[in-house]
Amino acid sequence: MSFRGKKTAEGSGKALRRRQTLIAWGFALPFVLVFCVFMLIPLLSSVAMSFTDITSRDLRTPFNVNFVGLDQYVALFSDSRFMKALLNTGIFVLIGLPITMVIAMAFAVALNKGLRHVNSFFRALFYAPVVASVVAVSVVWRYILQEDGLLNQILAVFGIQGPDWLHDTHFALPALMVMTIWRNMGTLMIIFLAGLQAIPEELKEAASVDGASKWRTFRSITLPLMKPTILLGAVLISVAYLQFFEESFVMTQGGPLDSTLSAAYYVYQKFGFGQYGIASAASWVLFIIIAVVSALQFRILKSED
Amino acid sequence: MSQAMTSAPVAENKVSLWRRFLNNRGPVYIVLTLIGFLWIFPFLWMALGSVKTQREILAKPPKLLPEHVTWENFARWFTQLDFGTYFTNSLIVSVITVLGNIVFCSMVGYALAKMKFTGKNILFGAVMVTLMVPSVATFVPLFVIVSNMGLSNSYAALILPFLTQPIGVFLMRQFIGGIPDALMEAARIDGAGEVRIFFQIILPQCGPAIATLSILTFLSSWNNFLWPLVAAQTEDKYTLPVALSLYSTGQNATNYSVLLAGAVLVITPILLLFIFLQRYFIQGVAMTGIK
Repeated sequence: MSFRGKKTAEGSGKALRRRQTLIAWGFALPFVLVFCVFMLIPLLSSVAMSFTDITSRDLRTPFNVNFVGLDQYVALFSDSRFMKALLNTGIFVLIGLPITMVIAMAFAVALNKGLRHVNSFFRALFYAPVVASVVAVSVVWRYILQEDGLLNQILAVFGIQGPDWLHDTHFALPALMVMTIWRNMGTLMIIFLAGLQAIPEELKEAASVDGASKWRTFRSITLPLMKPTILLGAVLISVAYLQFFEESFVMTQGGPLDSTLSAAYYVYQKFGFGQYGIASAASWVLFIIIAVVSALQFRILKSED
Repeated sequence: MSQAMTSAPVAENKVSLWRRFLNNRGPVYIVLTLIGFLWIFPFLWMALGSVKTQREILAKPPKLLPEHVTWENFARWFTQLDFGTYFTNSLIVSVITVLGNIVFCSMVGYALAKMKFTGKNILFGAVMVTLMVPSVATFVPLFVIVSNMGLSNSYAALILPFLTQPIGVFLMRQFIGGIPDALMEAARIDGAGEVRIFFQIILPQCGPAIATLSILTFLSSWNNFLWPLVAAQTEDKYTLPVALSLYSTGQNATNYSVLLAGAVLVITPILLLFIFLQRYFIQGVAMTGIK
């Protein structure tokens, strides 16, 4: 048996620390490389680009561009399409998020107790849309939602004349929202289920012994204890909804009349037009909104501890 | 006689169980079954539509079951469209991304979980930042950088930016943190270096975490859309979702029979994986809170 390890252990603390540091960074090297080249540098250049007039023509010579200060941001905020995109994104989050959360909570509560195998079957079933590609399910939903599609033909049976969902400025965004809720609910349901299962059963039993109704127990015991889980879920889903893009891309191309244009889609469009400066500025506005929303939600979480 | 003695309480027990089921969970399960059917109906409608003829797909009123099952729509993907290429691209990109994440994320995870070193907090901060940044915030400069590196429209462009994921680093750090130090100490006393400890002691212990990480990474890589859409410029580098989306937004926008067949081809591999490895998918969400 060799005792080589002992020698290093007895070596001076400083040398050991230096050696450890070297080894640790060695282990981190691949991550650090990917992080720097594909995250840190793009992030910093995204800030830089947002203050320039860089376009796709400057692609091979990115240092050959003009500094334009805040011009891109001014242009951005005087573009009514960007305002429309922000508004649509806001509606998506403010209306879509609470609905998703209520449905997910209902499913989580329904699946928290009962027969284990039946429950895991339902859990898998409700989770299935999460694993499917957004692009692929968007195709299916477009087929269901078209003017003489399945949904409207079902509605017709009940004597309701449904709109051309995806080509109607009033209905396109809600239609996309329904699909998005269907697709994201499963994630929240799993997170809520994990939260529910962490609540000690005795607490609920004690409440019911004290004569509390099921609803009362849920409101006064389960919900407060679930607060951290609920907030985590809210952050995750709002960050996802703030970036909605594929749904519009495949189902409506942002139309009709920009009624489904999202902030992320706006960035993509400006990128497509080669206007990298304004695209970067828009992506930073979106990034800051996302960061503020996450920070806000975590702050609420902390203050209520 | 013993049979008679035992069968009575068992029967009684069964009745009361069934009654209790009806009283408590019965209505819940009935509602769940109905909603559950609605929930997976889009998949069902997709699968049924993919084997219908174009005429049947536009039929009014729509028929649930196809009258003539046709494989024509799938055949189109293999003959007129280059399904083989898209599928291979998706597979290559996903598999290499998964392998990279397994090795590289657990390496950082090991350093963060078990080593004391200068700059540890900075490294951890970097992981946090990466976790927060949405892809839409970086794809424009990322595209410029990748083009300037001469990597545009290559597998490298599709794979390299995703070779490590912050969520993977988190997962591995958490898991490796739970492996007893005694194991490493013993190996150290036996004279093993850090690299050897990592590959022979740590990595073999990480089975469950690696399974979860692989599933999560495969899922996000297989379904990834924005970056491949930007980075893949010629058809020979399209991944499946990119091919499907570009086909579906062009002049074929209403060619639903072929589109649905395409959707089936994109969804089936991941759905099959999900059916067999459900536990790991759900574990992944529960452990990381990220889909």
